[in-house]
Amino acid sequence: MKIMVAIKRVVDYAVKIRVKSDKSGVETSNVKMSMNPFCEIGLEEALRIKESGLASEVIAVSVGPSQCVDTLRTGLAMGADRAIHVEASATLYPLSVAKLLKALVDVEKPGLLILGKQAIDDDCNQTGQMVAGLLNWPQGTFASKVVLDKEKEVATVEREVDGGLETLCLDLPAVITTDLRLNQPRYATLPNIMKAKSKVIKKFTPQELNVDIKSDLEVVQVTEPPKRKAGVIVSSVDELIDQLKNEAHVI
Amino acid sequence: MRTEMWRAAHRLISHRSKNLCDPRWNPNFHNSIQSYSSGFTYNFGRTCKPFNPYLRRQGSDVQICIYPTRDYIENLHGSTELCYGKSFRIQNRFYGSATTKIQRNPIFSTINSDDINHFREILGEKNVIQDEDRLSAANMDWMRKYKGSSKLLLQPRSTEEVSQILKYCNSRCLAVVPQGGNTGLVGGSVPVFDEVIINIGSMNNIISFDKVSGILVCEAGCILENLISFVDNQGFIMPLDLGAKGSCQIGGNISTNAGGLRLVRYGSLHGNVLGLEAVLANGTVLDMLGTLRKDNTGYDLKHLFIGSEGSLGVVTKVSILTPPKLSSVNVAFLACKDYLSCQKLLLEAKRKLGEILSAFEFIDNQSFNVVLNHLEGARNPLPPSMHNFYVLIETTGSDESYDKEKLEAFLLHSMEGGLVSDGVLAQDINQASSFWHIREGIPESIMKAGAVYKYDLSIPVEKMYDLVEEMRVRLGHSAKVMGYGHLGDSNLHLNISTPQYDDAILAQIEPFVYEWTSKHRGSISAEHGVGLMKANKIHYSKSAETVQLMASIKKLLDPNGILNPYKVLPGSLASSS
Repeated sequence: MKIMVAIKRVVDYAVKIRVKSDKSGVETSNVKMSMNPFCEIGLEEALRIKESGLASEVIAVSVGPSQCVDTLRTGLAMGADRAIHVEASATLYPLSVAKLLKALVDVEKPGLLILGKQAIDDDCNQTGQMVAGLLNWPQGTFASKVVLDKEKEVATVEREVDGGLETLCLDLPAVITTDLRLNQPRYATLPNIMKAKSKVIKKFTPQELNVDIKSDLEVVQVTEPPKRKAGVIVSSVDELIDQLKNEAHVI
Repeated sequence: MRTEMWRAAHRLISHRSKNLCDPRWNPNFHNSIQSYSSGFTYNFGRTCKPFNPYLRRQGSDVQICIYPTRDYIENLHGSTELCYGKSFRIQNRFYGSATTKIQRNPIFSTINSDDINHFREILGEKNVIQDEDRLSAANMDWMRKYKGSSKLLLQPRSTEEVSQILKYCNSRCLAVVPQGGNTGLVGGSVPVFDEVIINIGSMNNIISFDKVSGILVCEAGCILENLISFVDNQGFIMPLDLGAKGSCQIGGNISTNAGGLRLVRYGSLHGNVLGLEAVLANGTVLDMLGTLRKDNTGYDLKHLFIGSEGSLGVVTKVSILTPPKLSSVNVAFLACKDYLSCQKLLLEAKRKLGEILSAFEFIDNQSFNVVLNHLEGARNPLPPSMHNFYVLIETTGSDESYDKEKLEAFLLHSMEGGLVSDGVLAQDINQASSFWHIREGIPESIMKAGAVYKYDLSIPVEKMYDLVEEMRVRLGHSAKVMGYGHLGDSNLHLNISTPQYDDAILAQIEPFVYEWTSKHRGSISAEHGVGLMKANKIHYSKSAETVQLMASIKKLLDPNGILNPYKVLPGSLASSS
């Protein structure tokens, strides 16, 4: 069984985000980019499943500009067997990505598609669910535990939901999106980095996959939230009541 | 009464503590002290927070100072060195360097109410502090090893006020201790007896910053971390970085010629400080606050003040060159099979990585184990199998892909050449931080493992680990000897961990360590300074003639010897007046 893992190249989690002066987006030039943390967890899970013998191959997939290849190399250095890069320079929203992933699934025919639950740059939390809908596959999102049963062709997924933990049983093939507590991703060791150099990254374009990536969404403006005003220290209870009544109009 | 205090101390301290010490009374507390080493660590990760002292007094003879903070107790499971910082009975029991029984120099006057009034006139009521709790914190050093008994803390807000204070103290022959963030490790920032503490912390303005040249001019009381954030916004970084940056002040950094993690790349403060303003013992203000990169007019006196640990003058303003901030930072954590490989790796790194190398640290197996066992959140980056040595390499450059390629090529080449047996390369900032967390968490972890004797030595790279191995042979099973440090700067941090403090073990360590270092023409204090702890040991690393000249310079700049007495120079030389 093949496992396909979708990974996204995003602004590094530890970087302080700045908005561009023309308010068209977030500053991404000259800023450290790396693999989305949830995608890393997804890849780690796929590798663990392969190491336990239940899968034959892990394919890392990414959609985006040419620098995505760096992120795919990281994935290969962690242990993925091959990678696929769909070259697309425009900003892609979840629906377009979901359509591209569906096209790739039709090509590769994996038994399991793993994604991170959301990307830390847009926090959409949509791609996994959309691609499951397009493929008509069962989905287990916010997975905090995944157990595969090869003979029965079933995946048991424990999900972290607001009310607690929910356990689902999914028929394979299925879509799983990962949450934080699923595992702790491994580091890329030097021997693996060396091996990764010889691994293949296949390139596709959206045209080759027959996918229309025109988006029906347009970002008009990106601004920082308004700076929090400093608090005021009042000298007496009367002054407090006066301020609440006359200035804040809450009583 | 004793048991009551004892139980109270217990209640405040975690019950898992193994090292307990008895409270002792010292009626002659005011006149002499014993210096001892309690093996505290200063490094609680990359930022350290100042802690609140909780002072309990039981009667006038005994003072027990217990310093719990939530963070501190969470971090301190094993040791109970909290008991330190108390008066000690004069007796032969000592923990650290051979008993340095210092007597208070009688030429120094004692403070009286006229003095207090005079200071109040100069500084205003608020900045003349005699409050017990605040004094208590200011009297105790960061590691809780040394405690003075000063009765007066002054907080000047300008150079003029510092000048007036010193002029007055000089005329009255009142000893003073300049104090910054109080994070020093050799007892140089706290009073020995009742010296007046001059805390520069209120002088924390940034005066100017030139965005083109990166020259920062600021007052000496600016906290390093604040300066780092400030210049970061402008696209620059400070040339020094150390674990204590959350509390240490730039004036103190300069007075101790602090080294830190970036020295291998940006050099020492002697190279980065372009100018400073200092106040001499008699109140003269020396304005050497140039912002020029090159100025060859006369003797370059600022270098005297850099590293003089407050004994020649009080630094009040600083002008420092800050390097531009480079975007691409890469960190690799490697394993080597022996020390020779580490050395060869260092040479290769300097050659192959050259201009992008920004840190090169080594950790031996024993230190690594201690970290994995005692540090919260520490994770072995390498696949489980123990290696003998670990090396952390950091590169900083301007082009991400170029640097990564260069580093990868270097690492793979080293691996093929057998220098490196395994390693990992951080793929994002979090992974890089976790590698640094391991290296920076070593002092903290060692502290949790029990009592520790710490030494900071500069030894030629080829010989560095020989000392660690000799100490292991010497101490056998009685202690665990650990070595780690800035291999890139030939700086070894030798730590000897024992379940409890033991004079017999100490006798095996000192003066052997100092003699060994001296024999190999190393330095007994690479970056921590001399302070009080090593004042009488300076001859191990400097010739008698050199020390004599130092004493002459001290006499010239501070004839009454009021600035930070009993420290830096040996007592025999400095006390001539």
